[in-house]
Amino acid sequence: MTRLAARGAANLSLLVIALAFVGPFLWVVIASVQPEATLAATPTLAFSLDNFTAVLTWETIILPMINSVVISGSTAILTVLVAGLAAYPLSRYQLRYRRHFMLTLLFTTGLPVTAILVPVYAMFFRFNLYGSVPAMVLFLTASSLPFSIWMMKNFMDGVPISLEEAAWVDGAGWVQSLRSVVGPLMAPGISVVAIFVFVGQWGNFFAPFVLLDTPDKQPAAVTIYTFFSQYGQVAYGQLAAFSILYTAPAVILYVAVNKYLAGSFNFAGSVKG
Amino acid sequence: MTVATAPSPSVTGSPAGGPSRRRRVLRWLLPLGPALVLLAIFLAGPILWSVYIAFTNETLTGSASVNSQFVGVANFVKLFGDPNFINSFLLTFIFVIGSAVIGQNTLGLIIALLMRGRGRVTRSVVNGVVIAAWVMPEVVAAACWFSFLAEDGTLNTVLGVSQEWLYTAPMLAVILANVWRGTAFSMLVYSAALSEVPADLVEAAAVDGASPARRLLHITLPLIRRSIMANLMLITLQTLASFGLIYALTGGGPGTASQTTPLYMYEQAFRYFEIGYGSAIALVMLVIGALFSLVYLRLIKTEDA
Repeated sequence: MTRLAARGAANLSLLVIALAFVGPFLWVVIASVQPEATLAATPTLAFSLDNFTAVLTWETIILPMINSVVISGSTAILTVLVAGLAAYPLSRYQLRYRRHFMLTLLFTTGLPVTAILVPVYAMFFRFNLYGSVPAMVLFLTASSLPFSIWMMKNFMDGVPISLEEAAWVDGAGWVQSLRSVVGPLMAPGISVVAIFVFVGQWGNFFAPFVLLDTPDKQPAAVTIYTFFSQYGQVAYGQLAAFSILYTAPAVILYVAVNKYLAGSFNFAGSVKG
Repeated sequence: MTVATAPSPSVTGSPAGGPSRRRRVLRWLLPLGPALVLLAIFLAGPILWSVYIAFTNETLTGSASVNSQFVGVANFVKLFGDPNFINSFLLTFIFVIGSAVIGQNTLGLIIALLMRGRGRVTRSVVNGVVIAAWVMPEVVAAACWFSFLAEDGTLNTVLGVSQEWLYTAPMLAVILANVWRGTAFSMLVYSAALSEVPADLVEAAAVDGASPARRLLHITLPLIRRSIMANLMLITLQTLASFGLIYALTGGGPGTASQTTPLYMYEQAFRYFEIGYGSAIALVMLVIGALFSLVYLRLIKTEDA
């Protein structure tokens, strides 16, 4: 009997927690399909997609989303390439300072990127890189590298070295071995890293906010903030529609790699050096 | 990409001596090269640069922008006597303790504990809503909480009160929003840790008559203590530097009532273009982050040995 009561109590608590987590979403989802939605949570029976059509213009959402795809996409691709290359000697060779290097990378993942942006901004200003999207992508890549190299190395450790030996016998060098043996075998790992970086940059607000100069270069993260601060009060329905369109890619991509990511949460307790 | 065109090591095989040694170095330097260059220019470089400019009076406007001067520790003397900085530091402390150490950590642990042995539907629904809040970009999270806390928003309607939360209790508002947004991380860490606690150990204690509370306190929690410590370090690091959520939700206001250190740094460096002073603030944040990061490394190292 007490067991049944305990289970009931647990289920009830989970229900309360789930409802509390749904709360803040609720009005955003409802308001997006309410034609006259304001901040006041007073749902009506009216349903329309007007809010979505209103924000689906070139300047409001289409260009910023394209910018987001370009910035996050090129950062993800570049990170995967550079981290994949770097992971190879770290995974395959006996290097004297490997352990130190890996621990330094892990240490770097803890440093606040927010704080690093002040000198980066000063540097960009001095070298005339302020407002340059490629320069920002290089910075974002560098800031994603420490964690990505870690993940890549761990995935690569999972590919048995014996599979490469056959390629070596055939005279393949490390470039070929990496491209035609190791790469394909760790494809799931590569996509986890790529999506992880992509989703992270998709939501990144601070870096483009301070490093890019004109609105036409800004990704959706900054445009939605501008929209929020200008029209958040008066056109909440449109802000809600914008929010949903902007969030959707991140959610879809997360769901796609969810299965693989689940295992990587052990890292908090036990990381192999 | 010079790397793709590099000759493969097997082609340049030669007996001992110079070339072989060079080959050995190239073997790891070529693939690591691009990463090392990027990390040096865009991460190590700026950090060292910030150490330098924190000791100058560099600004982006006015005369100091053309020729900035070395001013010694003046920025730091100003910093530790600056009531706005001290205010921001205290608020950051409250924010980290309230939203990460107490909020996310405890709630994440509670959810992970409650989820053990629940049905698949319950698990995926709770997981789904908690993780959705986490995957969402921070500005969208702010938009959610902006309407949730509005004068006639969802919360006031449910509670039957009329409060301007963002004005009357801005710190509480940003803390709650950050608990909501970040709990998923702790929940995932603790779910992973709890799944490795041997069930028979807990059951044996139950047979011996230990109450659920005693089992939790004396068996489960000690077994996952390293995950708890590591999680606390990681979420502290993430929360310390949190900018977008607070900035979009309250802008640090009203006044400076929710202006945590990253927001104060932003104001000094990017609004007033006081780059030297802003770098000094950034450097303080980096040092604090480095200290927590070192503690985290230690935790992992002991786990390794």
